Amino acid sequence: MSRASIAIVGAAETTRMGKVPELSQTGLHADAALNAMAECGLTPADIDGVATGGHDVAEIIQYLGITPTWYDGTSVGGCSFITLVRHAAAAIETGLCKTVLITHGESGRSNNRDHRPLFPSMQQREFESIYGPLFPPSRFTLPVMRKMKDDGLTEEQLAMVAVVQREWASHHPRATMRDPITVDDVLNSKMIAYPFRLMMCCLVSDGGGALILTSADRAKDFPTKPVYLRGMGGESAEGPMISQMESFSSSKAFRVSGKLAFESAGITHSDVDHLMVYDAFAHLPIYGLEDLGFVKPGEGGAFIAEGNTRPGGKLPMNTNGGGLSYMHSGMYGMYALQEGVRQMRGVSPAQVEDAKLSVVHGVGGMFSAAATVVMTSEDQW
Amino acid sequence: MSDRPLPTIYAETQFYWDGAKEGKLLLQSCPSCDKAYFPPRPFCPTCGSRDVTVQEASGKGRLYSYIINHLPAPGYETPFTVAVVMLEEGVKMVANILDCPADPEALVLDMPLEVTFEQRGDIAVPQFKPAGGAA
Repeated sequence: MSRASIAIVGAAETTRMGKVPELSQTGLHADAALNAMAECGLTPADIDGVATGGHDVAEIIQYLGITPTWYDGTSVGGCSFITLVRHAAAAIETGLCKTVLITHGESGRSNNRDHRPLFPSMQQREFESIYGPLFPPSRFTLPVMRKMKDDGLTEEQLAMVAVVQREWASHHPRATMRDPITVDDVLNSKMIAYPFRLMMCCLVSDGGGALILTSADRAKDFPTKPVYLRGMGGESAEGPMISQMESFSSSKAFRVSGKLAFESAGITHSDVDHLMVYDAFAHLPIYGLEDLGFVKPGEGGAFIAEGNTRPGGKLPMNTNGGGLSYMHSGMYGMYALQEGVRQMRGVSPAQVEDAKLSVVHGVGGMFSAAATVVMTSEDQW
Repeated sequence: MSDRPLPTIYAETQFYWDGAKEGKLLLQSCPSCDKAYFPPRPFCPTCGSRDVTVQEASGKGRLYSYIINHLPAPGYETPFTVAVVMLEEGVKMVANILDCPADPEALVLDMPLEVTFEQRGDIAVPQFKPAGGAA
């Protein structure tokens, strides 16, 4: 029997999401942080560890009036916040701090900010950008035609990812896009970067989220239902030049991160009740299912198209509607974590019955980095 | 066409762009690993050795993957093809496919390609086109 050592005791999103022109990006961080502290009865004086990605962590510390003994500003794109859960757990385990606040805020739509969240990659710009793929939809999609030829993945299967996630989003009052869509709707939507149409690409939103982590021993002192980490999770990176991926059909960073998380948690795939796979574009849940080992290589597209991840399916995935339908500020990882926490607390508007174990997996940059955490509602296993 | 993005060239990559100016696609390789690599750097990404050599690539490759980009880019008329080319030497690089319509019918994966060079001001940018003018 193992006992949980780390718990998530606070979890909240910004008061409003989607279009939030009244807040700066710093303000979005703070709104989410204040909401998370309020729900678990803490004030900035109770926080001694702070972490964020895509924004100067020291600014968040100063803005919120915190005096930390530990901080982490890992910025590898959208999975930074999943990575930071892992780093925070290690910091608490080793006594560097006791109570960690992880914040995310991003004014992706209103652009109330004076910097971009990702560092420019020098070699990516020198050897890729000069050929015109200047935006995520024309970079992140580059490997997919190869995968379609090698694995038999089809445009209809890619479209089904968006259709299934819209079904989940229809349950979520806070999801931006909730009306049902069909494969034809997706395939007939505006062409962005063939074979990718508009509805295969994520939303562009304003929003934020925050998590508060502490030791499992202290979790019972909080008014919230604790959600425990099972194992230490995983992380890896392959780098920002998507053309240099070892394989175009599989992400090395996904495989390494997923394996670490599963091994550390001591779980098998049949233990997983709920799954979040960061979906900036429709192909990512397919790569995620395959690279985390839920299906064999090349079977992810058919697995989704056959309905296995939709409401009532055997592996509920992206139950908030994902970046395609819920919201996508630019670095979506925090929202995948928030839905994982809601599912483990039993309070998601799209609640999976009796869900006790959730895997949250994210990508950073364009297949540049990856991180995975395993959450559970149980304090021992 | 002169509005197209220009690379920022650093000391470690100067040889590559100098080569392109002379109509040569230059690749580095590691003699002990017996492997070419890309993009340029003054050491082998497999073993870390600084003892690397530069040679001219054959200029032959095949269409490994692509998108047809409908998003704006300075100097480009949309839609245009952004491809990943697998060179004969076993390394991948991004290029546009010139002399070939930006149309899935014309862009057949694994079709043979050959290097060509596109002038952008003083800089020559390696590009690819269907081998032997076939398309």
